[in-house]
Amino acid sequence: MMTWIFSGMVILATLTGLATGRIEAVSNAALEGAAEAVTLSISLLGALCLWNGIMRVGEAAGLTARLSRLFRPLLRLLFGRELDPDGPAARAITLNLSANLLGLGNAATPFGLAAMKELDRLNPHPETASRAMVMFVVLNTASIELIPATAIALRQQNGSAAPAEILPAVWIVSLLSASAALAAARLLTARDPRRRAGRR
Amino acid sequence: MSGMQTVSAAVLPLVLCLMLGYGLASRVRVFDLFLEGAKEGITVTLRVLPALVAILVAVQMLQASGALDLLTGLLAPLLGLAGIPAEVIPLAILRPISGSGSLAIVDYLLSHYHPDSLIGRITSVMQGSTETTFYTIAIYYGATRVRQTGRTLPAALTGDLVGFIASAVAVHLLFGG
Repeated sequence: MMTWIFSGMVILATLTGLATGRIEAVSNAALEGAAEAVTLSISLLGALCLWNGIMRVGEAAGLTARLSRLFRPLLRLLFGRELDPDGPAARAITLNLSANLLGLGNAATPFGLAAMKELDRLNPHPETASRAMVMFVVLNTASIELIPATAIALRQQNGSAAPAEILPAVWIVSLLSASAALAAARLLTARDPRRRAGRR
Repeated sequence: MSGMQTVSAAVLPLVLCLMLGYGLASRVRVFDLFLEGAKEGITVTLRVLPALVAILVAVQMLQASGALDLLTGLLAPLLGLAGIPAEVIPLAILRPISGSGSLAIVDYLLSHYHPDSLIGRITSVMQGSTETTFYTIAIYYGATRVRQTGRTLPAALTGDLVGFIASAVAVHLLFGG
């Protein structure tokens, strides 16, 4: 899938660039994109080190295990019996969900990546995304933040009388879009013929 | 509002204190453990860098080429049918693809139309209730050995579409107009 997305985007951009006469901008953009990835990963590096370090302390102290017991019903609902509720993957997923709910966006990604590494370890067919991975990534592509800090800050900067008045609407919409995404993931999984044939 | 900002600014230091305090209370070697864990952050970052390069190169090229404007023109009538005003359609298209690009559009829309107008509110709700789907998929799978992400993207995009339509509907219902 990502092969097609990646090549499709590059080819489409090049063809459009040629047609619109913006090929020079497209050419520069390719190198700028590569450079931006490095800048971004350097700023990501700090957050990843910080939160991975903190996570290790919480793991050793047993705090994350305790937290994941609170989330057990939710994890069961989302991942079914496929996920061991006491395993390291469940603990990292719990941290990711908590960080999202608390609005700690810069912690959600490191915890999410840690969870993916654990799910990768459990994946019997490492080249194909497991069901738990699909559910987890899909959940993270639907924003599940309780306080959308960026949107509120931008509203305030632009002179809103009540920057936080959008919160109820954001919660309703987040819930709807996350449910739709998860339902779609489930439905598509159920209809996947390769899975039924047991080739996965 | 300032009270709420204090609360959200306090979350990070408080979480750090909670984790470290719990570590002290259970008598683990807090600093050594922190360094051990932090070291892992380096390998994870290096592991996701290739995926990050791929996605950002493709996104930047697409934005510079004007292909997104064409896509907007093509999809505008469809999204318009769903009750999304024409002004916010570029945001709906860019939101799953580019985080910085969609932030620029949000800022433009909020300064052009007042944040408390219909368009301003729909813009804010859309921005607040959706994520940069492509980026998330690229780096999350970048940390694994997975090559076939299968139904991840179709499912995530379904969620985004529902989110865009629901943003417009929710603002109409909750704020009128």
